[in-house]
Amino acid sequence: MLTVRHLTKSYRSAQELVAVLRGVDLDIAAGESVALTGESGSGKSTLLHLIAGLDEADSGAIQLGEITITGLTDSARAALRRHRLGLVFQQFNLIPSLSVADNLAFQSRISGKHDAAWQSELIERLGLGALLKRYPEQLSGGQQQRVAIGRALASKPLLLLADEPTGNLDEDTADEVLKLARDLVARTGCGFLMVTHSVRLAATLDRHVHLHAGLIA
Amino acid sequence: MKRALWILAVLLSHWRRHPMQFATLLIGLIAATALWSGIQALNQQARTSYDRAAAAFGGTRTPMLVATSGGAFAQQLFVDLRRASWPVSPVVEGRAQIGGRSVRLLGIEPVTMPIEASAATEIGRTGAQAFLTPPGQALIALETLASLGLTEGATPALSDGTPLPPLKLQPQLAPGVVVVDIGIAQKLMKMPNQISRLLIGSTKGPRASLESVTGNQLRLVQPDAETDLERLTDSFHLNLTAFGLLSFFVGLFIVNSAVGLGFEQRLPMLRTLRACGVSARQLNSVLVLELVSIALIAGVIGLVCGYFIAASLLPDVAASLRGLYGAQIPGQLTLKPEWWFAGLAISIIGALLAATSSLLKAVRLPLLATAQPYAWQQAQHRWLRLQGTGALLVFIAAGLALWLGDSLIAGFFVLAALLLGAALALPVILGIVLAGGERSTRRPLITWFWADSRLQLSGLSLALMALLLALAVNVGVGTMVESFSRTFTGWLDGRLASEIYLNAASEKQASEIKTWLKTRPDVQAVLPGSRTDVQFNGAPIELLGFADHATYRDQWPLLDSTSNAWDRVRTGDGALISEQLSLRMKLKLGDHLDVPTPTGNWPLDVVAIYADYGNPKGQIGVNVDALVKHFPDISQTRMGLRVTPGDVPALITAIRTRFGLDGRNLADQTTVKSESQAIFNRTFAVTAALNAFTLGVAGVALLTSLLTLSNSRLPQLAPLWAIGITRRRLAGIELLKTLSVALITSLLALPLGLLVAWCLIAIVNVKAFGWRLPFHVFPLQLIQLLCVAILASLLAALLPIMKLLRMQPTTLVKVFANER
Repeated sequence: MLTVRHLTKSYRSAQELVAVLRGVDLDIAAGESVALTGESGSGKSTLLHLIAGLDEADSGAIQLGEITITGLTDSARAALRRHRLGLVFQQFNLIPSLSVADNLAFQSRISGKHDAAWQSELIERLGLGALLKRYPEQLSGGQQQRVAIGRALASKPLLLLADEPTGNLDEDTADEVLKLARDLVARTGCGFLMVTHSVRLAATLDRHVHLHAGLIA
Repeated sequence: MKRALWILAVLLSHWRRHPMQFATLLIGLIAATALWSGIQALNQQARTSYDRAAAAFGGTRTPMLVATSGGAFAQQLFVDLRRASWPVSPVVEGRAQIGGRSVRLLGIEPVTMPIEASAATEIGRTGAQAFLTPPGQALIALETLASLGLTEGATPALSDGTPLPPLKLQPQLAPGVVVVDIGIAQKLMKMPNQISRLLIGSTKGPRASLESVTGNQLRLVQPDAETDLERLTDSFHLNLTAFGLLSFFVGLFIVNSAVGLGFEQRLPMLRTLRACGVSARQLNSVLVLELVSIALIAGVIGLVCGYFIAASLLPDVAASLRGLYGAQIPGQLTLKPEWWFAGLAISIIGALLAATSSLLKAVRLPLLATAQPYAWQQAQHRWLRLQGTGALLVFIAAGLALWLGDSLIAGFFVLAALLLGAALALPVILGIVLAGGERSTRRPLITWFWADSRLQLSGLSLALMALLLALAVNVGVGTMVESFSRTFTGWLDGRLASEIYLNAASEKQASEIKTWLKTRPDVQAVLPGSRTDVQFNGAPIELLGFADHATYRDQWPLLDSTSNAWDRVRTGDGALISEQLSLRMKLKLGDHLDVPTPTGNWPLDVVAIYADYGNPKGQIGVNVDALVKHFPDISQTRMGLRVTPGDVPALITAIRTRFGLDGRNLADQTTVKSESQAIFNRTFAVTAALNAFTLGVAGVALLTSLLTLSNSRLPQLAPLWAIGITRRRLAGIELLKTLSVALITSLLALPLGLLVAWCLIAIVNVKAFGWRLPFHVFPLQLIQLLCVAILASLLAALLPIMKLLRMQPTTLVKVFANER
């Protein structure tokens, strides 16, 4: 489903060019969950951002289903995120002025794929029924991340991308949130790529990929 | 479309959660739109009235033939021109008194009246038959009818007892005008077979040349794009517009501050939207859509407010225009649809203008940069150097305009450049002052006080600029008005030297009064006076005749004169000219004038220049006997009486009883002076109101900036609270900081304001009105304004300070809880 080939990306820092990704190859099948680990600065988040179309690669190719992400325009990449991807961030990135219910429905609404029954199921599975009228600032970190996962999966994406989704949570909450994510991924049959520092959490997914110095080790 | 609406709903949800910020944005837009539209409504109302006056049966909107000498001419010329295929129509014009009120009496000939000379069609509609056949009709506007206290159908008599035809309401007519058939007008004005001018229709065709028909008796006057009234009142409206523009921009400062903060606070939201699949183009389109929607709502409210502002100011503006220029403006505000559309457009343009920098940032929003709330404040530091350079360039441009420019526009450019340059330089100057304060102390809390004030500067600078501009304009206009007021009072004493002023109902009555006055021992002198309007070098000027008397020699406010000026005036070949005429036509002592009169050109030498404040027309002062000799038909009903002050009330009572003159035709010096002073005060009432509005808006700008900044202040304040500084003390320090920067700004505004006053007095007034005033500084007024500014700043700072005082410790603790 996801194919990454010979992907490179460099950034200019002060006077020098820093190669962050130096020819990454990666495949993820539908329904497969993959953990991406690596040291700080190894290029984990950069790889995730390139797959999400948030940034542009220097060279190489990213294929999601029949779509080649590399070379898409900004609008096409936005459409890809809207319809085929779900994104979860460490900082939750909920919209502070929208209630939990509106945050959950937001992406599915703008992608025109809102499904009331699926929305209700998500609310129930994520245990958010009592929190629907609250605003993000009134939720704990774990609750906010559950809303973020719900939002990402509401439009039934092909691939769920999570950038250290448990980085701001304590161990028990992190386990609980990740279990929910895994269950929902299994329920939808989408692929799951999670960037994490935790080897313990990485071990709970189907496959573990380690990135070192810009290359898959 | 549905997606766009969802995105719009998300963007709008921010305002729902931040109602105060939304209110700020609306207040800014409403204030900007209301003040601008209000001023435009006043200008539009006045211009509509001028148009009505100009269009009254071929005013200056129609080409016409007038006598070369400037007076009336023989009707036979009309007949000759018609025979030579000239599409001309005769008009007789003069002034008449109805019930002691002066009106403009127009006599027209509707059959030949060109179709394009408006209101002729109105007669056609109302029935030319009734107008032409005895007893005829006297067409009159509703306002004139009301001011004369008459009703339609009445047949009032003129001052000599001759009755007018029945009055007929004609709404299209300008106020102060009465229109009758030309035959009736010639009788009423005692101008048998005489014509004032000939209107020329647009019918094309072969015609003989003008010279071959009339010789050099008539000359062609092309239609003016502007009427005399428009020309005269241009500067007044320009002043109003300048104020409207200033208020508009001060309002936009508020909008800019609110939009800027809203954008910074929504940065994480915008990034999330982008991450969820909203393209940059769609996001920016919806951001613009959101802004335009808000601007439309604010625009409608602003227009309603603008209407009320205009309606409340209209009486003062109308009184000013009447007092200064004799322009008749109806007291009822009527607005054209264009005004509403223009108001909404200006609201939208203003909102987009104020939000430009935020929208540009949204366009360039990097998707992956971590959200840095208030990074804009840091970025503004980089702009300080640029701003300083910009200020320097603007000051240089102002200097060049001052040196090279010689027009009213150049004057306003100097003023605008001065204000813009000062606004740009303000943050740089404040930065230097605050850095100096920081260097001058080693005590940690005081060092922090100065350093943190500097940090706040970028967020506050726009509001402080608004305060600087509003205050400087207040100081400038206040100083000019006060200088004017003092000069005007002294000048009035010189001009109004007679103890009693009298205007007889007719020349017969005037001569009776003169004879009777000779029998009164309390009358020391009777000073006959007369005045008439003539066209001189293409502009309307006033010829003022006065008697040869010590009263004038001793008290006339001469600015410059030759040694034998009064002797030359007495002999009839010397003329005193007003300062504005001297400036406008570049006339100086010793210059020769040829004034057109009905008896031919009158050669005069300029022997003196005098101050004539408040008169938009140029004026030439001559000996009254010489004036009557050159204008044999001139009305000789005016006179001034020199009387021992104690005898004035008794003499006035005696004249009133004997000759039936009322307050409009008989007044003592005190009354005339107080009326003139009242006109003066009403003229500047509008300025004072707009001054207050501008200062108020600047206060609101400061309040909104402080409120919005207060949200971002917690990370700076929480550490101090944590190390043991109480909230009360922190609130005190915050208040002191706001007041310090406001005080520094206000102190800078004072010299800037005086510079503005100098510009107004030495450049704008001279170009706009033609007179120059002595420049005075009024320290008490400056101190008052300084106190008002500090009070406004104190009020603006109070709300955020109260918020800080009432803040729960948990809110301050959260600052640390959020740290990672």
